[in-house]
Amino acid sequence: MADQTLPISAPLPEAEAQRVPWLEWMHSWVVTVDHKKLGLLYIVYAIFFLLVAGAEAILIRIQLAWPDMHFVSPEVYDELFTMHGTTMVFLVGMPILFGFANYLVPLMIGARDMAFPRLNAFSFWLTAFGGLLLYFSIVGGFGLYGMGNAPDVGWWAYAPLTAKAFTPGHNTDYWALALIVSGFGTLGTAINIIATTFSLRCKGMTLMRMPLFVWLMLIVSVLTLVTITPLTAAQIMLLIDRYLGGHFFDAQAGGSPIVWMHFFWIFGHPEVYVLVLPAFAIANEVIPVFSRKAIFGYPAMVAASVGICFISLTVWAHHMFTVGMTSVGNTFFVLSTMMVGIPTGIKIFNWLATMWGGRIRFATPMLFCTAFVFQFLLAGLTGIMLSVAPWDWQLHNSYFVIAHFHYVLVGAIVFNIFAAIYYWYPKATGRMLSETLGKWHFWLFLIGFHITFDTMHFVGLLGMPRSIYTYEPDRGWNTLNLIISMGGFVQAIAVLLFAWNLIYSYVRGRAAGNDPWDAWTLEWSTPSPPPAYNFAIDPVVRSRRPLWDLKHPHDPDWKYER
Amino acid sequence: MPSLENLEWNLRTLEPTGGLSSLRLTASIFSVLPALALPVFAQHPETTPTTLAPLSTPAHEIFGLSLFVLLITGAIFFSVAGLLVYVIIRYRARGESEHEPAQVYGSVQVELAWTVIPVLIVVVLFLTTARIIFAVQDAPKPKSALDVTVIGHQFWWEFRYPKLGIVTANELHIPVSTHQRPEPTYLRLLSADVDHSFWVPQLNGKTDLIPNHPNEMWMDPQRTGLYLGQCAQFCGVEHAKMLIRVYVDTPEQFTAWVQNQQRPAVDDAAVAQGRQIFETEACVNCHTVSGTAARGTVGPDLTHLMSRATIAAGAALNTPENLHAWIQNPNTFKPGALMPAMQLDDKQIDQIVAYLLTLH
Ligand code: HEC
Ligand SMILES: [Cu+2]
Ligand SMILES: [Cu+2]
Repeated sequence: MADQTLPISAPLPEAEAQRVPWLEWMHSWVVTVDHKKLGLLYIVYAIFFLLVAGAEAILIRIQLAWPDMHFVSPEVYDELFTMHGTTMVFLVGMPILFGFANYLVPLMIGARDMAFPRLNAFSFWLTAFGGLLLYFSIVGGFGLYGMGNAPDVGWWAYAPLTAKAFTPGHNTDYWALALIVSGFGTLGTAINIIATTFSLRCKGMTLMRMPLFVWLMLIVSVLTLVTITPLTAAQIMLLIDRYLGGHFFDAQAGGSPIVWMHFFWIFGHPEVYVLVLPAFAIANEVIPVFSRKAIFGYPAMVAASVGICFISLTVWAHHMFTVGMTSVGNTFFVLSTMMVGIPTGIKIFNWLATMWGGRIRFATPMLFCTAFVFQFLLAGLTGIMLSVAPWDWQLHNSYFVIAHFHYVLVGAIVFNIFAAIYYWYPKATGRMLSETLGKWHFWLFLIGFHITFDTMHFVGLLGMPRSIYTYEPDRGWNTLNLIISMGGFVQAIAVLLFAWNLIYSYVRGRAAGNDPWDAWTLEWSTPSPPPAYNFAIDPVVRSRRPLWDLKHPHDPDWKYER
Repeated sequence: MPSLENLEWNLRTLEPTGGLSSLRLTASIFSVLPALALPVFAQHPETTPTTLAPLSTPAHEIFGLSLFVLLITGAIFFSVAGLLVYVIIRYRARGESEHEPAQVYGSVQVELAWTVIPVLIVVVLFLTTARIIFAVQDAPKPKSALDVTVIGHQFWWEFRYPKLGIVTANELHIPVSTHQRPEPTYLRLLSADVDHSFWVPQLNGKTDLIPNHPNEMWMDPQRTGLYLGQCAQFCGVEHAKMLIRVYVDTPEQFTAWVQNQQRPAVDDAAVAQGRQIFETEACVNCHTVSGTAARGTVGPDLTHLMSRATIAAGAALNTPENLHAWIQNPNTFKPGALMPAMQLDDKQIDQIVAYLLTLH
């Protein structure tokens, strides 16, 4: 569109893709330290596991479609939901978000790579091996007792069920080790992102001119650094309990299962924000570009994000309202949890205000982002309901909670991940994803999502607890469960369409050009895909939207920004 | 149990439980929504362990609070979602246009407004919630209260009535608690192995049973009947079949039940052979039958087995055929239950079952 107005250097001749033998090509991916290649590795890895964990979810839903089903055994069912949760959080959510951060942060701040490229590669491969270790348990989990298989204690792995006495075999060890290994990878990436944003910004890019995407990734990295640590500590304590006769959590010897819960949720709650803040990051890029307006209230958005980061560190025990805390303790966590609603509300209002008065183009990325705003609103409101401790005494561990957090994890995060892929795929591959397939993907996924997760709230209100491999036929949950399962299949079809779109468009997609969406951040001033060095000339920026300034020399942002 | 009759009942009983009563009226109108929508789905109103038809004070308090919260969050939802829909319709691009819309970067006044309003909402929600937390959690325990100790085991419940000297399993009997004759039940929650959670939605929210961490909860059911629930904290393979049945009895029924439970096991000479097999097999290591050599505590107390409607924590009805099948191989109902298949032949099992059938 407006390409010619941008001072984009054509790629230097040696960056031209040359035909290389596939072994060399493979080798170049394995040894790469380029942030873009590593970013793509993260994303491809995550999409692979998304399909795996999605398949697990489908098996779960087949088992629950009717009461007293014998599709899988109870043991296998427990493994399925444990692996589904662990995979989605640690092998899909975290890697894909770090993938986007890796790919985009240097491009958006006008840098040529991350601050520590080799640490970056090391972190990715650690995370990758963590995932392999987790799934290797399926073959390697047979312990001395000939028992066990994949981990089966739930992704929250409450003590003392994880003690040797109750879970012999090695599956829990694989689980703990996998999380320790991938956790170190995550820490490396977090440190890298922090260092990059603080030290590699191009000339003129002050902190308050960073794209909000970069701000949020910075905050996520800080949060990761703070929260992965207690998780890793807890895993190590668990292994000490299991093998060295420690008694941290082992109740029979006087240990405290509650201590595990505290460690786990001090990690686990902020983890939700580690996953959802990048979804906000994506919305902060996509919504303005497709509404054709600057983000409304940039400073407030930054402040709200920092606020969420701090408040989210004080709310963990809202996962523990039923463990018998004192009334004062419960009350404290009610208040802190409700307070998260304030900065979150600000964000929703700012997105609406950004769209207000705009000229909204509903291309696929924007469709997903709009649905995100709607679903995130609902997820936030059910979150408020769960923060009301007495109501949580009813709802905790019921399908209502499952519905709530899938609204966050799927309705908000996965929707925005799809938005991000439709939005940045052209940058990374030079080709547009098919809009037709994209629309099919969007509508099918939206419908499937609502069939499944809206219904789950009701079955939870009717008293159905989570983690049960089957239920009695007389509980009034039959029809609802059947509906939930059918929605699962609709979503599965949509995801397969998406996977097909990724492959098909890679070969057949329309050429994208440098700036297909007429966007405003620096990554769109590079060729698609960007060359290894990103920018031939170091960019200089004067506002939050450098490309807007270039496209509107008479009306640049830096005249108006506060 | 969202039938209309019950709804009416809710409306009537909401008032006397006190608190929030002015809000309750508006709130109960709101409750019509889910109550009307759900019967479509709930095929078994009498056995659905719903959170929407509370029958004891704590459950009522929670329900009233939840309606209030639903009202506020519902209002927020409709206003914000309405705005979103408006924006989508009003500002969607129609046709191609060369020039960009007016750029607005923010507005301090507007942003302040939408910070202050949520703050106020949070204050209101927080104060109402805190009131109910203290009202339920710190309610003074009356002298007339019945004490029951609940011990969670991997995949079954043990109920002990310390003052009455009763031990039973999986089916809890408690007296109805009326205004004239308040007799709430206080549960002391312990665990013999891993974490469990006691949840009978119509009587109260759930509270966890955690080893080394005794907990307490109470309920004062105001209507007799059978209420269902189940373990709500994943506790291993058979977590799904760790069901709870609470019988709320009239005072007379309850006294009769107590008297029966306090009697030692029936000793019927006609089934001496079955009893002898039972006592020479490993059964006695795990089960108790009072007044006999069976003093095990790994499994449920069988002294009054036949006073229970189900076996194996609700996994099967307590019929002779099911008892036979269970002893032959517990895995038929509950694969992974912690009772071994004892490799007895059919005749031996028949004799054991004949013996068990006398344990009223
Ligand atoms: C290793 C310990 C063990 C042995 C030996 C054992 N049981 Fe059990 N039994 C259990 C456990 C544990 C349960 C509870 C299972 C559950 O509900 O998950 C149980 C449950 C039962 C029940 C159902 C009780 C109820 O109210 O739910 C009966 C009946 C029973 N056992 C009979 C027997 C008989 C008869 C024998 C001997 C042939 C026997 N058991 C041997 C551990 C044992
Ligand atoms: Cu949380
Ligand atoms: Cu349990």
